Amino acid sequence: MNKFESELKAGNFVTSECTYCDRIVWPPSDYCNICFKEVSWRKVSESGIIVELSRKENDVFCITEFESKIRVMGKLNTKINAAKPGQTVKLTKCLSNDKNGFFFSLENNQ
Amino acid sequence: MKKVAVVGYGSTKFTKDELSIESLLLESTKQVFDTTKNLSQDIIDGVIVSTNDNSKYLGAILSELSGIKPKISHTVEHLCSSGSSAVISGFSYIASGLADTVLVTGADKIGNPGQILEWDKSRGEYDHPIYWASMFTKAHKRQFSTTDEELAIVSAKNHKQAMDNPNAYSHKPYTISEIMNSKNVTDDLRILDCSYSCSGSSSILLTSEENAKKFTDEPIWISGIGQKTNSASFTKNDLTTLSSTVTAANDAYKMAKITSEKIDIAEIHDAFSVCELMAVEDLSLTEKNTGASYIRNLFNTEDRKINPRGGLIGAGHPLGATGIAQVVEITQQLQNKAKNRQISNAKRGLTHNMSAAATSSTVLVLES
Repeated sequence: MNKFESELKAGNFVTSECTYCDRIVWPPSDYCNICFKEVSWRKVSESGIIVELSRKENDVFCITEFESKIRVMGKLNTKINAAKPGQTVKLTKCLSNDKNGFFFSLENNQ
Repeated sequence: MKKVAVVGYGSTKFTKDELSIESLLLESTKQVFDTTKNLSQDIIDGVIVSTNDNSKYLGAILSELSGIKPKISHTVEHLCSSGSSAVISGFSYIASGLADTVLVTGADKIGNPGQILEWDKSRGEYDHPIYWASMFTKAHKRQFSTTDEELAIVSAKNHKQAMDNPNAYSHKPYTISEIMNSKNVTDDLRILDCSYSCSGSSSILLTSEENAKKFTDEPIWISGIGQKTNSASFTKNDLTTLSSTVTAANDAYKMAKITSEKIDIAEIHDAFSVCELMAVEDLSLTEKNTGASYIRNLFNTEDRKINPRGGLIGAGHPLGATGIAQVVEITQQLQNKAKNRQISNAKRGLTHNMSAAATSSTVLVLES
């Protein structure tokens, strides 16, 4: 299990970044994919922007972008008609058991 | 670089049956031997297998089961475009002179593990292809005002065309209304907008220019190859353009020294309806934002230029076989042997095969 997965299991959404290149390394990896130096790890910002969304039965799912770079798919806790691309969401929970899971809610009741 | 031709082929029916991977591989290989003149085992010096199956050493196993003792033998895995990647491997061995005649055989079983890319953690729990397809479809609707009817026309056309493909998984025609009213998989995807993983196998025999006429009077030449990998993780994708397809197509056209206007017929990776609308634009077969009207016109005029065998939606999608089945169809069309599916006067065709939500694409140009 790599650092990303072990942190996710503990409820932390982290990213790798290269301090030499001063850039986020995403998807998470042990080495920078530019300079191949070892990465450091830090928490991802809690606020993200909806890129696109849809719904399966009552389950609204979306792609959310964090820090203009990190994109993940997760579950959005709102009605489908209340959300649209460009809106800000907050990461409310993340986990890793059999599968990864990311959970979002609209920020400030947008 | 030596010229490389397709000089033989075989395909099984695509079904829901749970067959062994070895039996599937052997079945389409047998057809190559049954239908290719002057072919004997000792002539084949390369055997390439494409599959997502977990079984090991299948290149050697197929060789042994077929009585072939090749110089080169191995397996290629590249998710949904494993087949066309294996074709490129076979092409490269011949073009470079490392081999003269190569059997390329692809197969997968209905429950193959190639549909889920477990490494891609960015998909979270939404790792099934229906989720990326829903994102593509919703974004396409939002940007181009694409309607459910326009999406349904892709499926209606491909199911209809599959009726004339004896190897197709589906032999049932559907009306646009039936497709639009079929089960909602998500808000943006109907069940009949989806291709089906199934069991099946396809094979081609490739050889060099010096040997081609020994096997057939109508060799079909692979004149252009383009392949592009942008990433492995889906969420990096542009949602309304298959950018890996754009690059692969441009490279294939450049190698073939043609423009897209010269393509008479195309096999396109319609894993979901929206993919065909995007692909015809990104392969430059029509202009951006005209994909839906282009496909509607083909449907209304019963023009089989796109996906004559029924595409993945109509014919089914046994992952490792699909790219090879596409080459078989274009070969038959260019040889004027496609029977009820035949379009008139086809001189040049294209196959388009992609993987993991178009994070990578392969385009081949074939000529008579």
